[in-house]
Amino acid sequence: MEQLLLLIFLPLAGAIITALAGKSAKIVSTVFSVASLVLALVIACNFIPDASTQFEVNLPWIADLGINFHAGIDGISLLVVLLTNLLVPIIILSSYNHQYKSPAAFYALILFMQTGLLLVFTALDAFLFYIGWEAALIPIYFICAIWGGKDRIRINMKFFVYTIAGSLFMLMGIIYLYLQNPAHNFNIQAFYALNLDSAQQGWVFWAFFIAFAIKMPVFPFHTWQPDTYTAAPAQGTMLLSGIMLKMGIYGVIRWLLPIVPAGVHDWGQLAIVLSIIGIVYASLIAFTQKDAKRLVAYSSIAHVGLISAGIFAFNQQGMQGAMVQMLSHGINVVGLFFVLDIIFSRVKTNKIEELGGIAKVAPQLSIAFLIIVLGTVALPGTNGFIGEFLLLMGVYNYGIWAAAIAGLTIIFGAVYMLRMYQNVMLGQTNSLTITFTDIKGTEKLVLYTICALIIVLGVYPKPVLHLTEASVQHLLEQVNQKLNTVN
Amino acid sequence: MTIEQLIWLVPLLPFLGFVINGLGRNSLSKGLVGIIGSGVILASFVISLVIFFSLQGDTQKSHEVLLFDWISAGALHIPLSFLVDPLSAIMLLIITGIGFLIHLYSTSYMHGDAGFGKFFAYLNLFVFFMLLLVLGSNYIVMFIGWEGVGLCSYLLIGFWYTNSAYASAAKKAFVMNRIGDLGFLLGVFLIFNTFGSVEFAKVFPQAASGSTDILVLITILLFIGACGKSAQLPLFTWLPDAMAGPTPVSALIHAATMVTAGIYMIARSSVLFDLAPLTQHIIAIIGAATALVAAIIALTQTDIKKVLAYSTVSQLGYMFLGLGVGAYTGSFFHVLTHAFFKALLFLGAGSVIHAMHHEQDMRHMGGLRKKLPVTFLTMMIGTIAIAGLPPFSGFFSKDEILAHAFQASPILWGIGVLTAFLTAFYMFRMMFLTFSGKYRGTHHEESHVHESPAAMTLPLIILAVLAAIGGAINLPHVFGGNEWLAHWLSGAGVAQHELELSYSTEYSLMAVSVAAAVIALLYAYTRYVKGARVPVADEAPRSALAKLSYNKFYLDEIYDFIITKPLDALSRFFYRIIDNKFIDGIVNGLGWSTNEASKGIRLLQSGNVGFYIFMMVFGIIALLLYTFFYI
Repeated sequence: MEQLLLLIFLPLAGAIITALAGKSAKIVSTVFSVASLVLALVIACNFIPDASTQFEVNLPWIADLGINFHAGIDGISLLVVLLTNLLVPIIILSSYNHQYKSPAAFYALILFMQTGLLLVFTALDAFLFYIGWEAALIPIYFICAIWGGKDRIRINMKFFVYTIAGSLFMLMGIIYLYLQNPAHNFNIQAFYALNLDSAQQGWVFWAFFIAFAIKMPVFPFHTWQPDTYTAAPAQGTMLLSGIMLKMGIYGVIRWLLPIVPAGVHDWGQLAIVLSIIGIVYASLIAFTQKDAKRLVAYSSIAHVGLISAGIFAFNQQGMQGAMVQMLSHGINVVGLFFVLDIIFSRVKTNKIEELGGIAKVAPQLSIAFLIIVLGTVALPGTNGFIGEFLLLMGVYNYGIWAAAIAGLTIIFGAVYMLRMYQNVMLGQTNSLTITFTDIKGTEKLVLYTICALIIVLGVYPKPVLHLTEASVQHLLEQVNQKLNTVN
Repeated sequence: MTIEQLIWLVPLLPFLGFVINGLGRNSLSKGLVGIIGSGVILASFVISLVIFFSLQGDTQKSHEVLLFDWISAGALHIPLSFLVDPLSAIMLLIITGIGFLIHLYSTSYMHGDAGFGKFFAYLNLFVFFMLLLVLGSNYIVMFIGWEGVGLCSYLLIGFWYTNSAYASAAKKAFVMNRIGDLGFLLGVFLIFNTFGSVEFAKVFPQAASGSTDILVLITILLFIGACGKSAQLPLFTWLPDAMAGPTPVSALIHAATMVTAGIYMIARSSVLFDLAPLTQHIIAIIGAATALVAAIIALTQTDIKKVLAYSTVSQLGYMFLGLGVGAYTGSFFHVLTHAFFKALLFLGAGSVIHAMHHEQDMRHMGGLRKKLPVTFLTMMIGTIAIAGLPPFSGFFSKDEILAHAFQASPILWGIGVLTAFLTAFYMFRMMFLTFSGKYRGTHHEESHVHESPAAMTLPLIILAVLAAIGGAINLPHVFGGNEWLAHWLSGAGVAQHELELSYSTEYSLMAVSVAAAVIALLYAYTRYVKGARVPVADEAPRSALAKLSYNKFYLDEIYDFIITKPLDALSRFFYRIIDNKFIDGIVNGLGWSTNEASKGIRLLQSGNVGFYIFMMVFGIIALLLYTFFYI
């Protein structure tokens, strides 16, 4: 149990020390994030890949209200914990070619956010989950609002209000469940054990779903996302897209499906339809985007739509696909935004039409970028394929037409990704790109790490699948059992 | 050494070549890159030969080799494993054998290119993926190879990526292949749902238990995949554009190996296709239509590589026609002979282009026979083979397909013979325009034209020999042969359908197709040698049919008009109107109305503590009442 507390609070301790570290904040935060990664790997090594909750912590906190500091890790949690602790150091390293003003605050906020994220991914108490949920939002709001680009204040206000509005629905749902719970506590097991009728489940479903749908985001709750991703500083975009949106996906898996299976049964169809509309809709919009960052933002909506569809299809393949794809999407999207950041830092634009010919002058960047693009378009042998294949198979088990339409992502993804790659990297150099310098130092380290992960996970995904298999299976059984008792 | 011990080396060696040449592309000398790049393929070829002969002497014709468990989720288990059987063993020989010749050729052809190391790395990677494709023991491993070769095709078409048109051609190839790949994937899902496995060895024995409707759907979906990869209507337009790649790439990927993957896949799944007659009809019709349409387009092309590209599409159509009428062996036979003569023709065209300093327009050639004697002679053998004149290889494979087509439907046979006539015409037209008559360039250019070095002519000679005698591997009974290939492939479970035609019918059919080819040859001769005609300039007026042919039936323009443009317009509409105005408008509207409402509610915050207390008490009472009645 000490391990879990250390895992959660090490980044927070790091945040405090980083805040005091002044000019060396960059290094201090790197050290803490790497230490957190090592700790997460140690936990992963000690984890027994069965369905049980391990490293459990259950300390009384606000006893009068039945609130406990209750957290633990099962296979599903561990996956997102690993994702978080893997990406945070990568994101911090990716900032090395920037000189942000007030670096102490910048890096401290990243680490502070990490603790919030880890709370979300390990909490077994709804109140703690909610605390983590908001604790992750506040730092990212400041990161985007202070270090962001053009029009950042207005855009971030919208992002903040939109997500807060979603969270309030979730809070209402949590309080409702708390009131329904005869034991009057926020324990997840007690919530699982509740016997709500299908009308009640329907309301709770929507209260949670709106919060999660905004976070991911699922069509049509997505309009905050492209603006926010585009205006945020590169590291903010990576945090949002790489890790934070997984809060929504994780929330669906941990809090929505098992608590209100009948609600999911009644409304999950609609969720699938929205998700699949989102895949096609966002992919199509990505076709003609002029700004590469915005293009990737829309592509992310499409990819997350497939994950969401796979989860609501509710079978082993779809769910396992969602697991792998959460990891893969996190790695790939961080890679894409980093490449765009590298380009922006050199030529001060991400406008597709203004670029071109970079492959000629920066061959190493062009190879790394290509590998990331191939991972994103799910070429077999890359991590993206494992996830998308399983997800599409999951959706297929739900319905062949659903899979045929969702599968358009296979084609559309190639269209917009290769179009972007061609216009940015291929063709002749122009006056802007002729002096482009190839990647070096930490840029190389980060991009090569990402490329290696893309290929290793694509060729040998077994450890990831193995890690989550038992927990996913347990979840499916648990939900199906509960569904049978309701009906 | 047993087959199990050797097989993994076959794909591993090209992969090592890729890694070494990829990492050393800037540091290794060109000589070393060439030796490594070609050497690994030669080594694979030698091992493939060993495997082939030990399989021949083996009573067990099918060997599965498990490497590791790749994906497992629920009931789904996908091992990364290989299947060595007569079908894959013969494909190994084709890929590594012809692959080696083309690598050897490339050491000379690409010698002056700055991207020499990169080229060999890509080519090695291609061979690796192609070997995975044919070695996979299940549809998913096949799919890794399937998309992997697509990636290499993308990289090699866009090899000279600074040219935007070439980069676009590469993207087009990838995207059009992806359309087919979606069909393939859906087909695989349906296979898994129906048979509970994606392993060939588990699926095929259960095939007969599947309902016809399901089998028709499975096979149509797989066929959509084949249409993309093997460039059939309506997805063939990427292949002519793929000629943007270096010529050895056209020979290896876009003629001999990758584009025949669709035929390989269907031959592999012949058990399923045999039980889906509707799909077979569709395949036969699409194949025949593609063969004819592409042949008509080839009639008027002036770029030597474009003629060969359309010819490839047309010949692939022939193979699909064969598959559709149940001539699986015949189609596969044509895959082999086509690999010989089309690789030969492309490499020959490369030799011409090399000699002409990258000129590809036949209007600027002519009279090259004396200057390029080896190229001329070998290409002539290839042309005779593709024209279907006996006793060269194309004659046998083409006639096997035509005989089966006749048995299925005389109309399909008629289209086949018409296509054979057109094929002979445009091929001899190409030969005469290139090699006969007078040189049509400047004197200065002419003095620089010379025969290619041995590294390029040697592969031409070897391929010419194969193109000439390759027909022997499936010599039909009607000529006293024993149909070796058919017997060999039946060991891999490829469905066999005996011809039920009498020998005299077979002879008459052959006589008709040979006569068609001879007439085409004579007509081309009178037009281009006797008449010394040269195709008119691009802007010159043409007859309506010639215009249609020259402009490829305007298929690219039609696709642009009915697919690309509308999707882009839809994209802008979704972005500007639906997303920015409508959805975001509602979101902002909600925000705005909350803001406005709050201006009103703000007035409640009067600072009057008594009012606050009143509201608080009121609220508590309301809550209590609610709790009392509803909970």
